[in-house]
Amino acid sequence: MARKQKSKGSRAGKIARRTFLVGSLAVAGGVAFGVWRYKTPYGNPLAEGLKEGEAALTPFVKIDADGVTIITPRAEMGQGIHSTLAALVAEELDMAWDDIRVIHGPPAKAYLNQAVLEEGLPYAAIDISDAAERMRVIAKGAGKFLAMQITGGSSSIPDGFMKMRLAGAAARGALIEAAAQRLGVPANVLVTQEGAVVTRDGTRIAYTDLAMEAAQVDLRKKPKLKPQSEWRYLGKSMPRLDMASKSTGTAQFSIDVRLPDMLFASVKMGPHILYPIKSYDASKAETMPGVKQIVKIPDGVAVLATNTWNAMQAAKTIRVDYEPPSYPLTTDGQFDALAQSFAGDSDSENRNDGDVDTALSKGNIIEREYKVPYLAHATMEPMNATALLKNGRLDVWAGNQLPTQIVKEAKAITKLSVENIHVHTTLMGGGFGRRAEMDYIKQAIHIAKAVEGTPVKLTYSRENDTQYDAYRPLAMARFRAKLDGDKLVALDSQFAAPSILSSQFGRIGLSMPGPDATIVQSTWDQPYDFANFRVRGHRPPVMMPIGSWRSVGASQNAFFLESMIDEMAHEAGVDPLEFRLSQITHEPSRKVLEKVAEMSGWGGELLPDRARGVAFCLSFGVPTAEVIEVLQTDDGIKIDKAFAAVDVGTALDPRNIEAQVFGAMNFGLAAAMTGEITISNGYVEQSNFHDYDSLRMYQAPSVKVAILENGEKVRGIGEPGTPPAAPALANAVFALTGKRIRDLPLRNHVKFI
Amino acid sequence: MVDLVVNGQKKTVTEATDDTPLLWVLRDELGLTGTKFGCGIAMCGACTVHIDGQAVRSCSYPVGEVDGEITTIEGLGNPQALHAVQKAWIDNQVAQCGYCQSGQIMTAAALLAEVPDPTDMQIDQAMSGNLCRCGTYPRIRAAVHSAAKLMAEG
Repeated sequence: MARKQKSKGSRAGKIARRTFLVGSLAVAGGVAFGVWRYKTPYGNPLAEGLKEGEAALTPFVKIDADGVTIITPRAEMGQGIHSTLAALVAEELDMAWDDIRVIHGPPAKAYLNQAVLEEGLPYAAIDISDAAERMRVIAKGAGKFLAMQITGGSSSIPDGFMKMRLAGAAARGALIEAAAQRLGVPANVLVTQEGAVVTRDGTRIAYTDLAMEAAQVDLRKKPKLKPQSEWRYLGKSMPRLDMASKSTGTAQFSIDVRLPDMLFASVKMGPHILYPIKSYDASKAETMPGVKQIVKIPDGVAVLATNTWNAMQAAKTIRVDYEPPSYPLTTDGQFDALAQSFAGDSDSENRNDGDVDTALSKGNIIEREYKVPYLAHATMEPMNATALLKNGRLDVWAGNQLPTQIVKEAKAITKLSVENIHVHTTLMGGGFGRRAEMDYIKQAIHIAKAVEGTPVKLTYSRENDTQYDAYRPLAMARFRAKLDGDKLVALDSQFAAPSILSSQFGRIGLSMPGPDATIVQSTWDQPYDFANFRVRGHRPPVMMPIGSWRSVGASQNAFFLESMIDEMAHEAGVDPLEFRLSQITHEPSRKVLEKVAEMSGWGGELLPDRARGVAFCLSFGVPTAEVIEVLQTDDGIKIDKAFAAVDVGTALDPRNIEAQVFGAMNFGLAAAMTGEITISNGYVEQSNFHDYDSLRMYQAPSVKVAILENGEKVRGIGEPGTPPAAPALANAVFALTGKRIRDLPLRNHVKFI
Repeated sequence: MVDLVVNGQKKTVTEATDDTPLLWVLRDELGLTGTKFGCGIAMCGACTVHIDGQAVRSCSYPVGEVDGEITTIEGLGNPQALHAVQKAWIDNQVAQCGYCQSGQIMTAAALLAEVPDPTDMQIDQAMSGNLCRCGTYPRIRAAVHSAAKLMAEG
């Protein structure tokens, strides 16, 4: 292989000068295709042993004797991304759907995500002006600089839409060229079909048979992509590639990793994740059944035992000692810190249309205050990771959204060089932002280091998982508003929340300068054209650790803004949906509102025990409108029907998009109805599903989802279904009961079934 | 020492004590990882298995008290020989993250064995002990109905 690698390496240099976009590379036993990154000489993760810069290829397709493997740079946490990223490649490569194999890419800078930072820019997603587009290019550079191979921000599809198709098309071109050379015929007489190059007389040469020759083909021009009219996988509902394994218990999550002679671990921690522990008393734990060893780690004490149950039982008995936290130790105290932040300077002022101060200096001014609590992620698979440090090599198995960071953390803990650190990203039993955190992974590595040679699987108990999270922050909003006839003419809005960016990036040793865009996410960029409209963000100190929770700042801000707008519609005596439409000119946004009105029978008569609420939110570039219909029963309010209309620009897999939208909507409804994390004595009070419950089958509404394609760009859909759910439900509850609820969860004010 | 019959095979538990929940014996000692850990207090249903056809929460069922044949998701069917409920799950593209689905499928299979053609209300009653944080409930409900049809057709 050495000779070939050298020749490929020198070709990389040539290609760099010619600034070609895609290329091929010989790898062990086959060929890899992908996107060249000639300006950023990151090593090729599939071609170990090459000198840095020689193989700057992002491989998304690998072909060897065993078949065609699509390497997805993003992790599967339920959103169906493996299947859709594979479809992008398979579409161009002409593969049979049943032959597709997908693996998750190893952590490598070549797989970094360039689209994820776009959401944080001070340009509205619907702003496609030159200035906004220029900033997006700069953000891509920053994404590269931070080298974040992150799965999140509904960014996998915007990031992969071109890259994955180009890789597929490049591979197809090289395979045709290889066949042409072998047969001595011109390339243009050959076609591709179901994993093979086919000649005019119908002879088929399988891709696997051409791999080694394809590796020698010099790709001379940027491959041509199929026109949308010829798509056969994209735009269609394809069966998910992980469906059979997930329906038979054979899908492998990180909690399912099993290694010979593995020990099972559980941890006892302080008041929150990554909090330093001074001392501990494990005298009882040491005597308990199955306990093999107690290991002190920086942020806790781990019990290693013969099974997970023994480890968890013993860990519960450990007492830990630590310096008390410096922040307020109760929920009320923490809300006070938010309230105080309104008095200080604002962190951001991304919108200031008209003259709010003058407009609100006289007349009937309506003032409102809203707030929401901390929320846990509560993925069904509790946090867990397996690690083995042996003979100077570390292996880590973890469901995670940020594999490149694991390598950094592992290097810092073990002092091993990067080549000796191997991260295996498994399927995730839910992510929702929680698995972008490093706490449980670092703990597993610390434990593995302490018992070198023995594999260790650390599993959080559900109590750990609930009480040691990086929570959706508590947040507040204050509004001052004025109506003129049937229009909202002035809205002064202030949003306060601890900074997710400070907390989350702080934990991985990065500081993000400037305002925190998540505090005002999905507020100032909404397509409302109120004549006087100001949006300011306020930044109280970080208290509990906080992080990204499905849809991030939009999760609370849509509740604030869309409840307030609903209040103003009722105040003006105008239908809430008409009220919104009368102040939105952005066409794709108008269309989702009109669509959801049509689907839900908005405006139609309802029996007195029923009512509807509507809400809109544009998040991650996706205009989303939802209507919730509630029903008063003798046992409480039932969320009976839910309707959503979304605009994703280009719908790559409608059935999967539908699943993401109703799933995200149910996620938002669960939180709006029951979700609340409270703090007492510095500790999270809730501990398991009995006091941090979610939506259950009998509470889940029937759903209807409409997917529109009027938007300018292809968009990701993992998150946008969540933000409008809470305000749509709260607005429906108001329509049903006359009770305007300005803080969540709603069950603190009304009874649900 | 406890003797079990799991998916038709005799197994002897040597490591775990009698009060260990069946879940951890299945997962950590017998290596049957299709059954999932979710909460440990019988609140989420991820750990659902059958004992003599009855759906039970294995996380809260001491292994020493097991008196009957255990069926786990691995014993219900496999990718080459799917149980009707598993086929219905695939046909309806139910799973997202998939973590809770072993438990959902085991609960649904036990329901259908007892009530071959359940109403929506019966489905709600049977399935409400099984949480899904991805919110796949609309498709779970549809899949239970299609499984009922598949089973009726034989």
